[in-house]
Amino acid sequence: MTDIGNSRPAAQAFELALDKGESRVAEFEVRTRAPLQKLQHFLHANPTAVPAIVLLLSVAAFGSVVGPRFLSMFNLSLIIQQVTIIGVIGAAQTLIVITAGIDLSVGAIMVLCSVIMGKLGVAMGLAAPLALLIGLAVGAGCGAMNGVLVTRFKLPPFIVTLGTWSIFFALNLWYSASETIRSQDVAKFASLLQALGTPVNIFGARFTYGSLFMLALVLAIWFVLNRTAFGRHLYAVGDDPDAARLAGIRTDRILFSVYVIAGVICALGAWALIGRIGSISPQAGQTANLDSITAVVVGGASLFGGRGSIVGTLIGALIVGVFRNGLALSDVDVLWQEFAVGWLIIIAVALDQWIRKVSA
Amino acid sequence: MRQSFGLFAALALALGATSASAADKPIVGLITKTSTNPFFVKMKAGAEEAAKANDVELRSFAGKVDGDNESQVAAIENLIAAGAKGILITPNDSRAVVPAVEKARAAGILVIALDTPLDPANAADATFATDNFLAGQLIGQWAAKTLGAKAVSAKIALLDLNVNQISVDVARDQGFLKGFGIDLGNPAKIGDEKDARIVGHDVTLGSEEGGRKAMENLLQKDPDISLVYTINEPAAAGAYEALRSVGRDKDVLIVSVDGGCPGVRNVKDGVIGATSMQFPLLMAAKGVEAVKTFALGGGRPTASPGLDFVNTGVELVSDNPAADLRSIDSAAALNRCWG
Repeated sequence: MTDIGNSRPAAQAFELALDKGESRVAEFEVRTRAPLQKLQHFLHANPTAVPAIVLLLSVAAFGSVVGPRFLSMFNLSLIIQQVTIIGVIGAAQTLIVITAGIDLSVGAIMVLCSVIMGKLGVAMGLAAPLALLIGLAVGAGCGAMNGVLVTRFKLPPFIVTLGTWSIFFALNLWYSASETIRSQDVAKFASLLQALGTPVNIFGARFTYGSLFMLALVLAIWFVLNRTAFGRHLYAVGDDPDAARLAGIRTDRILFSVYVIAGVICALGAWALIGRIGSISPQAGQTANLDSITAVVVGGASLFGGRGSIVGTLIGALIVGVFRNGLALSDVDVLWQEFAVGWLIIIAVALDQWIRKVSA
Repeated sequence: MRQSFGLFAALALALGATSASAADKPIVGLITKTSTNPFFVKMKAGAEEAAKANDVELRSFAGKVDGDNESQVAAIENLIAAGAKGILITPNDSRAVVPAVEKARAAGILVIALDTPLDPANAADATFATDNFLAGQLIGQWAAKTLGAKAVSAKIALLDLNVNQISVDVARDQGFLKGFGIDLGNPAKIGDEKDARIVGHDVTLGSEEGGRKAMENLLQKDPDISLVYTINEPAAAGAYEALRSVGRDKDVLIVSVDGGCPGVRNVKDGVIGATSMQFPLLMAAKGVEAVKTFALGGGRPTASPGLDFVNTGVELVSDNPAADLRSIDSAAALNRCWG
């Protein structure tokens, strides 16, 4: 450019003005971002950061209001115990939500499986490991039913699982005759079913095998989602099923298997549930559906699919647990606990929308 | 096409069959809160048995979940259309269902509220119910007598049903506190008492899970809790698990209300100290009999003396009877329990 310019014969007077003008042809603009925008970008790049920060803030807030009674190792580990069931069921829900689906039947699958394990192991006198295995198989079967209806019959997951929710719950009531199996009877005839309720003390913190199991499950799913082809395919199917199919992913097979896996996780949740409440009740888990969706949403997953993390869901469940425990310890009426959790969901989703609007 | 015609024909036949039998026998409708709670499952079983014995036709309906008023209103409309003689209902919403009940009564149907009164109670022809305040009072008195001198320094946890403060929940909770000797403040409201012995109220949804969580949270508020009131026996079982996990299961007293068979067995095993038994089968059976009497031209049922409802009875169940307090032991109770 400059060569040409220099080799120019004597410039005419009006051309001299050019030299004062911009001589650069193209450049990358370095935008300076306001601090808020920087934060927005950071959060966009680290989706679990939002729930993690909210969790830390709420622990700190309740710690300063309630004091050591809240911050004791015992109480904090108690919260982990209290979110065990929702953590496990939320894990199943997360997998489904990543594929842009939703599973309203998770709670019903869990209760049905727990009743089957209990009936077989306690009332019918089957060996406990066998009762457990059959329970897990029933969970897989329920998941497979959802999966077939979603992939073969192309029905929307919301409708399918709304239907199977009622079906599984009705089967649960019929098979159990609405009768509870007492903790003492489970302990006598099939104590393996209560195994996940066994407490473990670690440095003054009290866990149960169930809560450790839940943490291990989250770790395993994290590995599958982030380090295996199956996990990446799951995100791809949720983000854009057509593109995923064109890229050679067998989307129906992925979708079907994710419903089966979710069913098995729910059955494992049934095992954890028996450990937690001791007895086996056909009335249990009635709020598990919505609680699991709450955990997933507060944990930062998108209900439109393709985005969400298993660690986020665990943190989401913990946030709700911290709120409920902290508000209860601060003597807040249960009515206002519900109120607070409602706002928590709305704020979490609003925050999520704001982060997604980030300019690339 | 042929398939759907077959289905249609079968349906028409079925309809024809029911209307034929309906012409022979008076129809009694039973509308329970839900079809899931063992209390209502037993109530339905009691009604079915009584229907057979009294030669009436029973038609059962239920709300989908606790609090579902719409399904109950639809059920009442269906029963009016079917020409029922009487309706037995456990209302999910004591106030909201009243206009539908009035329509039924205007159509000449005898309406009896079971277990839960309507609001106003006289919107129904009669109410057959447990005296829930008395049920609470009995276990409160039992706890006070059992603790003896330690009652003045007791630390009390109250595990209620839900945030709605429905009449059954309030009556049992306040009855218990009255029986224990605590000033109620407003007896129509849970949680306005000033007594320092109360550690707190929490809700359980009447389930094991809820009972355990509520107990854990209240223990965090005060680890020295010595007495636990529970709205029902599943909540009591959950509370017991929470106490057991911190090694307090032997020295904390749990009292409850219901009289379900698992609950009575828990009294036997020492999980629950005392429970007030109620009689859902009796409620339904008496209800069916009343409709039969009414259908044959007899009168309407009249309330128990001193109450605005027909009391179907409460029985205190405990294996450690307290002085001057009538109770039956768990062995006797096992013959009369439900669910």
